[in-house]
Amino acid sequence: MNKPSALINVPQSAKSGEIIDIKALIAHPMEPGYRRTQFGEILPRDIITHFQCRYNGTVIFQALFYPAIAANPFILFSTIAKESGVMEFNWAGDNGFSVTETTSITVT
Amino acid sequence: MVADLNPGHRLAPSRRSVLLGAGAAVLTSKAFAASSDKIATGTADAMREAIRKLVGNAPIQPGRVKLDLPPLVENGNSVQLAVTVDSPMSEEDHVTQIHLFSEKNPLPTMAVFFLGPRSGRASVVTRVRLADSQTVTALCQMSDGSFWSDSASVLVTLAACVEPI
Repeated sequence: MNKPSALINVPQSAKSGEIIDIKALIAHPMEPGYRRTQFGEILPRDIITHFQCRYNGTVIFQALFYPAIAANPFILFSTIAKESGVMEFNWAGDNGFSVTETTSITVT
Repeated sequence: MVADLNPGHRLAPSRRSVLLGAGAAVLTSKAFAASSDKIATGTADAMREAIRKLVGNAPIQPGRVKLDLPPLVENGNSVQLAVTVDSPMSEEDHVTQIHLFSEKNPLPTMAVFFLGPRSGRASVVTRVRLADSQTVTALCQMSDGSFWSDSASVLVTLAACVEPI
């Protein structure tokens, strides 16, 4: 399997105390496990089940995904810019799927 | 020699075999329709049960939560959904969890989001699948343990999840 591509949108810099929007998108089929092939066999479920965002090590946002989340899961949430540092995003799911991406933010 | 110039005529299907093939296609597509009907068994009862399982006997109050869904959707495979909660998001008073429930999807639970005082704003946007025209419910739990909810009905022209590929 190719390395799945994730897109993360975090402002590069922010003022301390400012509320910033974070957008995260990852390429994944999110096979719900209810569809059938033309031969009538059910396609096994293959989804991302867990998304987590850490800001300098502290978990600031988590999500549990179910088959109702569309393919290539997109999520927008917010956080307060506290200090400069690293944001770590992790997607985990079926069949041992796990992808981690990091971005840095400068807080003034 | 003549046959060699036109070799395709032997491969051309006879009228009978075409008809037989068409009949088989109708039969199989009927079989698929039946099987996909069986899958799409999400009901309002299943959703209520899932919600009860989560909140127990706690009362669910309307208000504070706002669920944004387009009223009419052409393709249920990807529908933008936004939940906003009226909350100061302070240490003492904030949203801890937002749950999304569907009435008609095979699985009533759609997604769960965990927020906290560091979120700053109680707002989440994502894209969901909708198996049918239905009412979607957003349920949110506050730091004091209270539950608030909002629902939105949506009309779906092309359903997700159950179509054979």
